[in-house]
Amino acid sequence: MAVRTVIPFGPQHPVLPEPVHLKLELEDEKVVGVTPVIGYVHRGIEKAAELNSFRQNVFLCERICGICSITHALTYCQGVEALTGVEVPPRARFLRLFWSELSRAHSHLLWLGLLADALGFESLFMQIWRAREMVMDLLEMTAGHRVITSTCLVGGVRRDIDKEMAKEVDKRLVALKEVLDSTAAPALLHDPTIKRRAVGKGMLSKEQAELLGAVGPTARGSGVAIDMRQTGYAAYKEVGFEPIVETAGDSYARTLVRARETYQCIELMRKSLAMMPEGEILVRVDGYPKGETISRTEQPRGELIYYLKGNGTNNLERLKIRTPTFANIPALLVMLPGCEMADVPVITLSIDPCISCTER
Amino acid sequence: MAWMFPTIIKNLFSRPATRRYPFKDIREPFPGYRGKIYWDVSKCDLCGDCARVCPAEAIEVSLENRQIKYDPFKCIYCGTCMQTCLPMAISQDKYYTKPAAAKAVETISVPV
Repeated sequence: MAVRTVIPFGPQHPVLPEPVHLKLELEDEKVVGVTPVIGYVHRGIEKAAELNSFRQNVFLCERICGICSITHALTYCQGVEALTGVEVPPRARFLRLFWSELSRAHSHLLWLGLLADALGFESLFMQIWRAREMVMDLLEMTAGHRVITSTCLVGGVRRDIDKEMAKEVDKRLVALKEVLDSTAAPALLHDPTIKRRAVGKGMLSKEQAELLGAVGPTARGSGVAIDMRQTGYAAYKEVGFEPIVETAGDSYARTLVRARETYQCIELMRKSLAMMPEGEILVRVDGYPKGETISRTEQPRGELIYYLKGNGTNNLERLKIRTPTFANIPALLVMLPGCEMADVPVITLSIDPCISCTER
Repeated sequence: MAWMFPTIIKNLFSRPATRRYPFKDIREPFPGYRGKIYWDVSKCDLCGDCARVCPAEAIEVSLENRQIKYDPFKCIYCGTCMQTCLPMAISQDKYYTKPAAAKAVETISVPV
């Protein structure tokens, strides 16, 4: 007769970049139940957003998440632009796409490195993060900062990428692709250790993913072709976009989705630079946000939803943010039961938890 | 594992990819990096627009004392003040703020 024990996983754990607490119910080495506990890094950003003016909120929203700061700012700006009735110039939309894909490449490379680290594959971790450093340099070169880009404003973007810089960026993107081809791709595709730790672990079927409302690479790894970029916000409609889907539904499938998306990011960025129309990048915004709207975009981790309510003053009446990790936690609770204790870190990591986003 | 050998050999003979910050200076930032903020006191007319738009409330402008108080540790280096300033008195250099032992507020006096 197996004895049931409860073991805490987190909030501080070597594989977790951010604090989430999982109460694991174990029977011998097997997980039979999980209870998540969140609330360690709540910062009250939604309340702060009601007190700031709607233009200052752009910079506040950027600080919800360090990795996907541009996507948060973009979603917020799209919401306010809908409320104030502002049409963003086409060049600004292409630049927004460029930066959000750059931050996606950054996020996925960071995550692939963390996965290698969680598996104990230190050398691959270093190699992938070396490639990530090239993305960080690109961010610094084009946006002015490595992490918080502060490029998105209500009504457009703040910085332009001129022809010379576009050429240099393109050169660096090709170099990045070569580095990935020689280090990350062969390891992730062929390494037997990674396969033994990830294939068949943390299963999530297509039906379960749809039922539990999983989003992003977690859903796409289970064969659900859901991606907000299909809606064609920013310039995705002009550039053309097809979601990447894997059908296996295990940790390995989710890894492959992210690895293939990194390549797709590079392609999308190069396309957007080539197709970018000439013109202005920022338009004047008159008036104050009035009414309510929902703004949806695709973050590196999945669908991000902003609900905005304005009352015609300088401050918003309500800002509600639904982040992708919040939608993926129920899916995680289905993945974990049945696995062994030693697989819990890798499976937890496979949904790419971003707890600071979730708790805001 | 054969794919790793060229990388291993290359790494044996190359310099470390990391830099020993803050003991050694980091590489030169790219042009356009958003660094520290400076006021040109000859152009500033103490209108206080920078303090009003600052998302981090890092700037305080006092017309009576003819002073600007700027907190570089509160500042988020977004560059909104620079963009807003009508007389173009604010500029930003491209150097990352060095770590400091104590937080200090800078006081800038604007002569009449």
